[in-house]
Amino acid sequence: MAPFPEALRGPARGRPGDEPVVVFEGVRLAFDDNVVLDEISFKLYPGYTKIFIGASGSGKSTVLKLILGLLAPDAGKIWVHGRQIDRMTENELFAVRDHTGMVFQEGALFDSLTVGENVGFKLYEETDMPLADVRTRVEEVLGFVELGPYIDRRPSELSGGQRRRVAIARAMAFKPKLLLYDEPTTGLDPITALTVDAEIIKLRDIEGVTSIIVTHQLRDAFYIATHGAGRAPEGHAIVSATPEKVEEADFVMLRDGKIVFEGSADELRASTDPYIRAFLS
Amino acid sequence: MAAFTEWLKRALLEIQEYTTLAMATARCAVTRPFYWHDFVEQLDAIGIGSMTVVILTGLFTGAVLALQTGFTLDQFGARPFVGRLVSASMIKELGPVLTALMLAGRVSSGIAAELGSMVVTEQVSALRALGTDPVRKLVVPRVLAGILMTPILTVVANTVGLLGGWVVSVQNLNVASGLYWSSVVDGLFLEDVWMGLLKPFFLGFIIVTVGCHVGLRTRGGTQGVGRATTNAVVAASVGVIAMDFFSTQLLLELLF
Repeated sequence: MAPFPEALRGPARGRPGDEPVVVFEGVRLAFDDNVVLDEISFKLYPGYTKIFIGASGSGKSTVLKLILGLLAPDAGKIWVHGRQIDRMTENELFAVRDHTGMVFQEGALFDSLTVGENVGFKLYEETDMPLADVRTRVEEVLGFVELGPYIDRRPSELSGGQRRRVAIARAMAFKPKLLLYDEPTTGLDPITALTVDAEIIKLRDIEGVTSIIVTHQLRDAFYIATHGAGRAPEGHAIVSATPEKVEEADFVMLRDGKIVFEGSADELRASTDPYIRAFLS
Repeated sequence: MAAFTEWLKRALLEIQEYTTLAMATARCAVTRPFYWHDFVEQLDAIGIGSMTVVILTGLFTGAVLALQTGFTLDQFGARPFVGRLVSASMIKELGPVLTALMLAGRVSSGIAAELGSMVVTEQVSALRALGTDPVRKLVVPRVLAGILMTPILTVVANTVGLLGGWVVSVQNLNVASGLYWSSVVDGLFLEDVWMGLLKPFFLGFIIVTVGCHVGLRTRGGTQGVGRATTNAVVAASVGVIAMDFFSTQLLLELLF
């Protein structure tokens, strides 16, 4: 395994002394003649959020697949949790994936399993955790996303928003340090989308999970970037984030596989680039 | 010419991917973890689930064999030997091949549709993201269950085929029951029985691995799933006939 290069340790953003959770260095990927990602470089620090925005087909979801090792880049290097993963075998990648959860675009819940079995899938199948403990953890995370009573239902009996929240519960059940969200609110009505946004904020601010969100729903992207979660007498409350907290969420805009913008919500709003202005309008 | 080259490249790629999957399956089948629960589920889905179709196929094949050969044998005054023809045809060739073709239609298409749907809805990617190897979880239990259940289903098809032949021989051809069964035994050599029992292992492997391969390579949404299902039936059926030929040649060399 290649050592983590000193030059990449940072501090571009992030707290002093923190080591980046994800580093992309000159990553390139093409399918035949179609270049999907071209010279992509960025860093993500613990507890921070990266929000990838851009038009459909700009390569956003591909970034998540590269982080999980579901795809391998043609060129460039990728570090996740301090380990270089771009040339790892599938078996080596399983160890890295133990600390990374992913919420897929439509949830990707297993149709043949109940909600509880979906949420506890990794714990049931890939760990030696006693079944009673798995059940307790499943109930705990379903309670977190406020779907406790749905534990014995099938995914087909749930609404779109509920399916996304179960997918979030499944991704967080094994306590990953990094969570990847692929279009978590696409296809949902604005009210339901807000409940999914709230879960993402709660996981980030209460559980301390580092997040990467891919979306073209600007309203949800800005909501996640500018809000925070705190403990309240009746569970959790979503409030406006402090200016310091807002700075911990970075926007990355992709266009035709290239990064055309990287910065905070305020910097994005203030951009005078015609493409960005057109995208935001 | 360019189109032919493209077709050839695609065909070679399919063979390469199929071989890679078959090798990965073999490797995963002998290493841990092994998903016992899925294996038992597949024994039920492939074995018990296919029982009705296999029984009906075997029964009517045996019956029609007796009917057709009985009247032909009549021309030579050999009607009492109908049992020989039924047993030799069913156990050596028709039992294994027709059972395998039925399974190609039912099991291979079912596997391709199920795995294809999982691919297009990203459930297979979700499996990998959750740290589960799709070959271990989805392919190995199905392949082992297929290899184990195909010979058992073939024995069932052979048995009901002989029963179907007996019913027709006694009812339509007026052959004495005892004469039919002694003729059935006379028509078989031990090597024939071995061939009829060993061939289904090869055929079961082809049926299930083709279904898994086509399913896992599904692209293009629900339309792709439909295409994969059709392709799986066609490829598995052709594969069964081809494998029948090659396994028969091999077993003739080894047994006789």
